[in-house]
Amino acid sequence: MTDVNHLIELLTVLVLAVFVGFEVISKVPTTLHTPLMSATNAIHGIVLAGAIVVTAAFFAGGGSNAFVTALAIVAVTLGAINVFGGFAVTERMLQMFRRKEGGK
Amino acid sequence: MNVVASLLDLVAIALFILGLHFLNAPPTARLGNRLAAIGMFIALVMVLVQTLGIGWWAIAIGTVIGATIGVVAAVRVKMTAMPQMVALYNGAGGGAAALIGVVEYAVFLASGHGALDPVVSISLVLSMIIGAISFAGSIIAFLKLQEVMTGRPITYPGQQVVNALILLAILGIGGWFVATGGALPIGAFYALLAAALALGVLFVLPIGGADMPVVISLLNSFTGLAVAITGFEIDSVLLIICGALVGASGTILTVDMGRAMNRSITNVLFGAFGSGDGSEPAAAGSGGPQNVRAVSADDVAVMLAYASKVMFVPGYGMAVAQAQHSVKALADQLEARGVRVLYAIHPVAGRMPGHMNVLLAEANVPYEQLLDMEDANTEFSTTDVALVIGANDVTNPAARNVTSSPIYGMPILDVDKAANVIVLKRSMRSGFAGIDNPLYEMPNCAMLFGDAKASVDGLTAAVKAL
Repeated sequence: MTDVNHLIELLTVLVLAVFVGFEVISKVPTTLHTPLMSATNAIHGIVLAGAIVVTAAFFAGGGSNAFVTALAIVAVTLGAINVFGGFAVTERMLQMFRRKEGGK
Repeated sequence: MNVVASLLDLVAIALFILGLHFLNAPPTARLGNRLAAIGMFIALVMVLVQTLGIGWWAIAIGTVIGATIGVVAAVRVKMTAMPQMVALYNGAGGGAAALIGVVEYAVFLASGHGALDPVVSISLVLSMIIGAISFAGSIIAFLKLQEVMTGRPITYPGQQVVNALILLAILGIGGWFVATGGALPIGAFYALLAAALALGVLFVLPIGGADMPVVISLLNSFTGLAVAITGFEIDSVLLIICGALVGASGTILTVDMGRAMNRSITNVLFGAFGSGDGSEPAAAGSGGPQNVRAVSADDVAVMLAYASKVMFVPGYGMAVAQAQHSVKALADQLEARGVRVLYAIHPVAGRMPGHMNVLLAEANVPYEQLLDMEDANTEFSTTDVALVIGANDVTNPAARNVTSSPIYGMPILDVDKAANVIVLKRSMRSGFAGIDNPLYEMPNCAMLFGDAKASVDGLTAAVKAL
């Protein structure tokens, strides 16, 4: 990680992703703002991947401290709540947008 | 293996971006959410494969518990409680980001290395601070919206000074952590975490319930930022990209919402809106009892049944009373009699942008009938009856002409321009902004008191009986 070139690469990725985020998202109509907020909320649930990586790193390094073990499990739990709950709640909101042609 | 995993990560990222793109339009929105979910599945499986089963039982326990809580809560929650649910999930993400920092630090301490790499120490401390603020702030936002605690701003003297001091302490300890490459007394490290949690609580406390959508959106982008920084901490392009996407979207949503309420983000965060003190009473007509005209359901039913155009103006009251299906039933009755029914949707009606749209969509209201604020305002002058269902502040004409009003300049629905205005309201209690609404004293306005659902059902029955 002390590699400056690698850091520059990561920063480049960050900046480009921010621009993609602005571009792809700024066109969403108000109607979909709540589902959109919910969907983006689910996408930052990728933090679960981070929690899994550090938990594995903790155990790879010996991992005998019970307190840290508990913290790692809580981190994974919170990440899982974010990602599974996030997508499920977005799906529920969007179910209400199904097309009703012809009316009743 | 690494090449395959990296390529599949790229596929996942493409699916996230495509998913967000498809969320642009109602017909493709579900597809968008599913594409993003597939991307997430791929990314998570790749991570699991790469960890080679190390610590599998801890990962399995956490994932199973978290997934169960998340899905069960998502399935059980009422549609009206969606906003606070999103706040809660967002808080979980922030908490995870903060704990990743703590565990990462423990791994470093156990490794016995001399000093943390500067990039790791900076990103570790930043993601932990931002994640903790987002976690604690989201919990407070949830408690306020769930009405476990008061939705009113909670203020005390010297509040900003206290917050500024905590922020200084955070920056001080954080700087110390980075400067020493992580060689801190462990107590100082946990003090840093505690200070960040306290700041999260304290910065949301003085914000009123009316501003919660803006706060949730802001915290959503905070979590995105924390996740992106976590990506630097554990060297993961996937986290950087996802975090950046969310950070960008949260920022746009926050600015959009602020604009709809004509309030800057700084004003939302530091304004303690609707605290009921200061210059407000003068603007709100001295806060005394208002002279209003109450009408019966039968009178309103006649008015509605013989109108040619009726505009429904739903607000949070409709959400609380779960009245969306009753509203649709009333609309059906009126349409059967040849009345043209439209819905005026203020961008911040309810507790989140699009809140009303979601509820009305649930009740099968065609979305062509939902007018946004600008379109609705051109229609009010030709509207016979504007039926305000549990909306208050977004219809307050004080926003147009009372320069001293705290909501002056906020774009509103000009319901007072309609020939008749009927306001369905539980009581004369003021709205979330905590101010009187001069609309209720206007000659063309009358009040129908009661729970929104009961009142609308009463109107439907009365119209049917005509």
